[in-house]
Amino acid sequence: MSNGVLAFAETADSGLKKSAWEVVGAGARLAEELGSSFSAVIVGEDTTDRAAELGRCGVPRIYTVEDPALARYTSDGYSAALAAAVERAEAEIILLPATAMGKDLGPALAARISAGIITDAVEVSAPDGGLVAVRPVYAGKTRITVAPAAAPVVVSLRPNVFEPAAEGEGEAEVIALAPGFGDGAIRTVVKDVLAPEVRKVDLTEADIIVSGGRGMKGPEHFHLVEELAEALGGVVGASRAVVDAGWRPHSEQVGQTGKTVSPKLYVALGISGAIQHLAGMSSSRCIVAVNKDPEAPIFQVADYGIVGDVFDVVPALIAAVKEKVSS
Amino acid sequence: MKILVLLKRVPDTAARIRVAGDGLHIDPSGVEYVMNPYDEIAVEQAIQWKEAGRAEEVKVLCLGPKEATKEIRTALAMGADSGILLVDEAPARDAPSTAESLAEAVKEGGFDLVLCGWKAVDTDDGAVAHFLAAHLEVPCVTFATKIEPGEGSLTVHREVEGVEEVVEVPLPAVVTVQKGLVEPRYTSLKGIMMAKRKKLEERSAAAAEPRIVVRKMSPPPERPEGRIVGVKALQVY
Ligand SMILES: Cc1cc2nc3c(=O)[nH]c(=O)nc-3n(C[C@H](O)[C@H](O)[C@H](O)COP(=O)(O)OP(=O)(O)OC[C@H]3O[C@@H](n4cnc5c(N)ncnc54)[C@H](O)[C@@H]3O)c2cc1C
Ligand SMILES: Nc1ncnc2c1ncn2[C@@H]1O[C@H](COP(=O)(O)O)[C@@H](O)[C@H]1O
Repeated sequence: MSNGVLAFAETADSGLKKSAWEVVGAGARLAEELGSSFSAVIVGEDTTDRAAELGRCGVPRIYTVEDPALARYTSDGYSAALAAAVERAEAEIILLPATAMGKDLGPALAARISAGIITDAVEVSAPDGGLVAVRPVYAGKTRITVAPAAAPVVVSLRPNVFEPAAEGEGEAEVIALAPGFGDGAIRTVVKDVLAPEVRKVDLTEADIIVSGGRGMKGPEHFHLVEELAEALGGVVGASRAVVDAGWRPHSEQVGQTGKTVSPKLYVALGISGAIQHLAGMSSSRCIVAVNKDPEAPIFQVADYGIVGDVFDVVPALIAAVKEKVSS
Repeated sequence: MKILVLLKRVPDTAARIRVAGDGLHIDPSGVEYVMNPYDEIAVEQAIQWKEAGRAEEVKVLCLGPKEATKEIRTALAMGADSGILLVDEAPARDAPSTAESLAEAVKEGGFDLVLCGWKAVDTDDGAVAHFLAAHLEVPCVTFATKIEPGEGSLTVHREVEGVEEVVEVPLPAVVTVQKGLVEPRYTSLKGIMMAKRKKLEERSAAAAEPRIVVRKMSPPPERPEGRIVGVKALQVY
């Protein structure tokens, strides 16, 4: 049977991303449930080292695609590279992470190989011998259970949701593919990358997010949000109200028209909890809210609520976290 | 530049969503519908170019129920020239079948640029653009936060993982827009009056086979009851 599962292991400059382990973990479990073959694919640079590292978690076969044309991510380049691996692996289920890259690559690959697509899945299983996935829709206000009507299918997995594969002593069979990228194969040209001084973890992949809302009263007070985020080892998010007011960049907005996030810890400071904001963050593992209004809707989703003024509570929280970390 | 903007009719983001009796779709009663917020941004960008003399034509295209003429009229009131509605009474579709049904109308228009939202806030798929681009055999660039039209090409800034990537893409192309590109305008009374005289063509949508089947729709899992605590009681680690 040629119903193989193929997992795309995303890499960054620093190596394999956390999401790579999650996708490979989910893929291995799914393949076992389906009784089908399992392999992974790594694209870009240093693929030999990375394949060796990934191989330790027990994935039996890893395809690598290394080419100067893939030095930077492009939809055309990466989807062509993955398509070559799909063909070689005879894969019918292709898993990738719903990261910033995966949100572009998933549809690009599905369109290229005429596959169906399931985006941002939070569960994948094979209860009756075929793939079934669960995914939030309407920004998490409801969810659907879906199944492919035909093979192949591309499935993107929400970061921070799936149990990562554990590193062990394994060694994978590594197969280098060289699909070749002729003239016109990559139709877009990356001209430049404008990076801020400190490159931050993308909100969708962050383990810990500390978000500020209009209750922070002005951009000059966001250093409190930043300090708490830093003390916790997290990144800063924002409500739309403060983004629209120009206090914070658009890229930090959490919610239905911002980022949908599922961190382990989400801290909301001076955020009322409008339905559009809740939609983007209510699947977080643990939610802590600070608001001076005990009736604020954010408390309906909070695991821990602190009723108080952010200007009293946040400095105390920063001090408490720092003390905890140093002890 | 001839521009086509795709727009979808979706539930207002403030809407509470309930599952319908069939357990497969949302219950539309009491739900207000609007133009997908990201598509509003796309419409705004296109008409700003038109006003600046950088685009000759801005057309909008929607696949949806008959009621979607309301969202098309909104786009016309904002300043788009004309609209097409592909009437489709199916309550939901997947991305490949949507793209397949849209493709023909897009092809016959001879557009230089197709603009759409990076995702529709109902299905949250973010996939139609790539499928459509594949049908048209043109490149697709996603998540644009700034677009500069050039000679036969566009320079697009895309927001990815905390960095801004600057990409050049030849036209024709499909580009999806992200928040931060432009602020959509409110419709003026004059715009609404003018929109009534603009051309809005209705046709029936071509059927297409879905690739994904919905087996069940269900509410999200309940969160455990929270606790109100003091700062000291908080054990975040
Ligand atoms: C189409 C559309 C899409 C939208 N998408 C999003 C989205 O993606 N994300 C999003 O966030 N919003 C979104 N919104 C906006 C949303 O409806 C709310 O307006 C917004 O979330 C409110 O932001 P906020 O909580 O910061 O401000 P507010 O609602 O003004 O709340 C401020 C809170 O701070 C508290 N507060 C004030 N002072 C203090 C203090 N000193 N100490 C402690 N607490 C204090 C107040 O009690 C209040 O609860 C969208 C709206 C629309 C129409
Ligand atoms: N039924 C539709 N009619 C017109 N455009 C659509 C439709 N569905 C999706 N689109 C366009 O494709 C974008 C992405 O939608 P999706 O891939 O469904 O998240 C939307 O923002 C629209 O611009």
